[in-house]
Amino acid sequence: MFSASPWLTRLLLWLIPLTFLGLFFFYPFARIIALTFNLSTLTAENLQLAFSVLRFTFFQALLSTLLTLIIGLPSAYLFARFDFRGKPLLRALTAVPFMLPTVVVAAAFNSLLGPRGWMNLLLQVSNYQLPITNLQSPISNLQFQGTLPAILIAHVFYNTTIVIRIVGNALSRLDPRLDHAARTLGADGWRTWWHVTLPLLKPSLLASSLLVFLFDFTSFGVILLLGGPSFSTLEVEIYIQAVKRLNLSLAALLSLIQLLCTLIFSILYTRIVSRNTTQIAPRSAGSNVRKPRGLREFIFVFAFCILLSAFFLFPLLALPLRSTTRLEADRGQRGEVQYGLTTDYYTELFINRRGSVFYVPPIQATLNSLGYAITTVFISLLLGFPAAFALNKPTRLERLLDPLLMLPLGASAVTLGLGFLVAFPRLLAQPFLVPLAHTLIALPFVIRTLQPALASIPDRLRHAAASLGASPFQVWKNVDWPILSHATLSAATFAFTVSLGEFGAAILLTRPEYPTIPVAISRFLSQPGGLNYGQAMAMATILLVITTLGILLIEKLRLPGAGEF
Amino acid sequence: MKKLTLLLSSLLLLLASCAPTSPQTLTIMTHDSFAISEEVVAAFEKENNADVVFLAGGDAGEALNKTILSQDAPLAALLFGVDNTFLSRALEADIFEAYQSPALADVPDEFKLDTSNQVTPVDYGDVCINYDKAYFADNNLTVPGSLEDLTKPEYKDLLVVENPTTSSPGLAFLLATRAHFGDGYLDYWRSLKENGVVVVDGWETAYYTNFSASSGRGPQPMVVSYASSPAAEVIYADPPIDDAPTASIVGPDTCFRQIEFVGILKGTQQRALAEKFVDFMLSTQFQEDMPLQMFVYPVNPSAQLPEAFVKYAQIPGQPATLASDVIAANRDKWIDEWTDTVLK
Repeated sequence: MFSASPWLTRLLLWLIPLTFLGLFFFYPFARIIALTFNLSTLTAENLQLAFSVLRFTFFQALLSTLLTLIIGLPSAYLFARFDFRGKPLLRALTAVPFMLPTVVVAAAFNSLLGPRGWMNLLLQVSNYQLPITNLQSPISNLQFQGTLPAILIAHVFYNTTIVIRIVGNALSRLDPRLDHAARTLGADGWRTWWHVTLPLLKPSLLASSLLVFLFDFTSFGVILLLGGPSFSTLEVEIYIQAVKRLNLSLAALLSLIQLLCTLIFSILYTRIVSRNTTQIAPRSAGSNVRKPRGLREFIFVFAFCILLSAFFLFPLLALPLRSTTRLEADRGQRGEVQYGLTTDYYTELFINRRGSVFYVPPIQATLNSLGYAITTVFISLLLGFPAAFALNKPTRLERLLDPLLMLPLGASAVTLGLGFLVAFPRLLAQPFLVPLAHTLIALPFVIRTLQPALASIPDRLRHAAASLGASPFQVWKNVDWPILSHATLSAATFAFTVSLGEFGAAILLTRPEYPTIPVAISRFLSQPGGLNYGQAMAMATILLVITTLGILLIEKLRLPGAGEF
Repeated sequence: MKKLTLLLSSLLLLLASCAPTSPQTLTIMTHDSFAISEEVVAAFEKENNADVVFLAGGDAGEALNKTILSQDAPLAALLFGVDNTFLSRALEADIFEAYQSPALADVPDEFKLDTSNQVTPVDYGDVCINYDKAYFADNNLTVPGSLEDLTKPEYKDLLVVENPTTSSPGLAFLLATRAHFGDGYLDYWRSLKENGVVVVDGWETAYYTNFSASSGRGPQPMVVSYASSPAAEVIYADPPIDDAPTASIVGPDTCFRQIEFVGILKGTQQRALAEKFVDFMLSTQFQEDMPLQMFVYPVNPSAQLPEAFVKYAQIPGQPATLASDVIAANRDKWIDEWTDTVLK
């Protein structure tokens, strides 16, 4: 495929993603920094602030990444190797948190673990004590919000899916015969894992760790809503300086520091990964999967299913429960029914009771969200494939370009939003900018999901096929694609969830004509009243259902060639 | 892809420029909490042969930032949502054209903070402490009547406030204590801290997670919110209720008054239409629509308040105020001092 004029092909491959990034990332970012950055900001005081914030940002990101790997690796193993009932649903559910707005995740955790959440309600009911009467003293036994564990748990909750998908992909492609060979030669399970499996997993392990780390490093909503006022990351500080203090110059300095750190991490990653890629004869996904055998495997599968269900299902279930339960605050008129099941919050969604211009019809919001998400999937795959191909066996120069592709993940959303405003003032209210902004965040995921899969395809397979008379297209169709199809589905899932989660929502000006579900949720939560709260939960439930169905559908798609290897 | 984008954008631009010359489009930059009834907008559009477009630019600070950054090529004809805590900053940036609306004559002087008429007051609201009526009744606890009362041992661990760095009601409450105690406000906050005041980052968290009388059913029966929140609790109750579950503490200086302004942006091509919209915002039709849309009070004294507001929302007799230039000069310093005292 690259034989005709290799460097011209490669140039073309690079041109596509780099043009996109240049136009929609580097240009607006450079414009806003040039406009606002000022050398006089470099005072000792500001640098000290930057340093202390950077230290905590790094610390919590490192800790969160380690915890995510601890949960994520066994989960990836579980999904890649074993077949069990309910697996597709459980797998889809682990991806759902990734797109939930932080306000909703905070509400979910709170309605589960909060002072008057389901946990406490359950305890009280089991004591034959009505929950209404237990308001005598503020209960503070379960302090969740405003603690470091809250930040860490939320990060693990959000990002485990990244490890499950990227490492799980690699695991499912590993040849089990390597395992068997090592065992036959006398290695025990642990040694096999350490000397055979782990080295082969390194590229995907590093790729997923980098993505998780960068996501935690630029964390914003989790820190603000769950961490509370005593914690601050670079992204939070940029927001405070830019939006609350109108100190754009300091915000620009902090944005530059954050981007520089992202660049350093990405460069480190590229250097490590380029030394560690091993080509193996990959298996098509699915040939490794089997039912658990023996007591140990059975216990592992059972225990991890329970653990994952508890960790992901309970907080997620809290939302639909909350959206159908009337749990009004205690009113003056005691004794009347204040508790019970209701569908009011859903029917109310369809009524524009105040006749507001900004009323968001749920179906339109759903269609808008889906429309943006599907567009994002297409654009990011269209850009991601050439980039992943270009990164395969890179030259020295191309290795320098590689880290650039990760940079959008390290850009402050607030700063980039202002950059868009300066760079494209006339296009700002156009709806097509929204999926383009979502693509900026989705693209690094797509590339990092496709690239390890692509790198694992041995050249000798391609050569063998070519020497047997296959055309470049046939080689691609029969060699590359079967191995890539699985990674493509994962990449599509990431792009889909990134877009539904609206990571880029804050960065653009929105016209009320194109509201999405997250926009609707935040509108409901910005005013007091039980009906508003219930409707926010109902909207969040709709988002949850759509995402779960969307992911299940993407995974169900039988792409031509999948499983034929 | 680039080509496609360019094609798409030029096509959209073409479409936009080819649209029929009338009606004229009037663009208004607002913060995200802005709301208005469809029929009210329609009335203005019909009367003036205009097409009104609202740009939601984020929260008040973000919308102001965006307006300042784009002042050479303004995105909108008007900016709505600058409040008295941001007013001086906005005026310094010199983004507005002066306009004295004839309707301003009826507006009480207390709202006219800008004598140069670059901005026009539209609405006001009071940031007050809301309390959970049932909690105080059940525990036979007297409702605190002043800021000083909040440091008493019987109210230990009962109050949740927002971080003034990240929240506008949080900043308003900090300003109320600054106005009341002067330089001694930090001592007051020290005693509040000893008395277990809880600080969270935003209003949503404070109200829906920590406050006991909201649907979030949190642990604290007192929260910094708005004087209009009890009315919202009744209007958005499910099932309908005939009494508000919450009320505001309206002692001397316990509330801080926020006034929101609209201004015509420099360099707009639609000066005449923009003037009409400013007049319209002060008309009784618009002013009577605001309370139920944004839960704020009209500045036009002839506008009738909705029944729920009259019944459940209290207007504090003596809200705390500070001059907006004093706020502009000191807000960062006060927030830093507060952060060092309360959070560290």
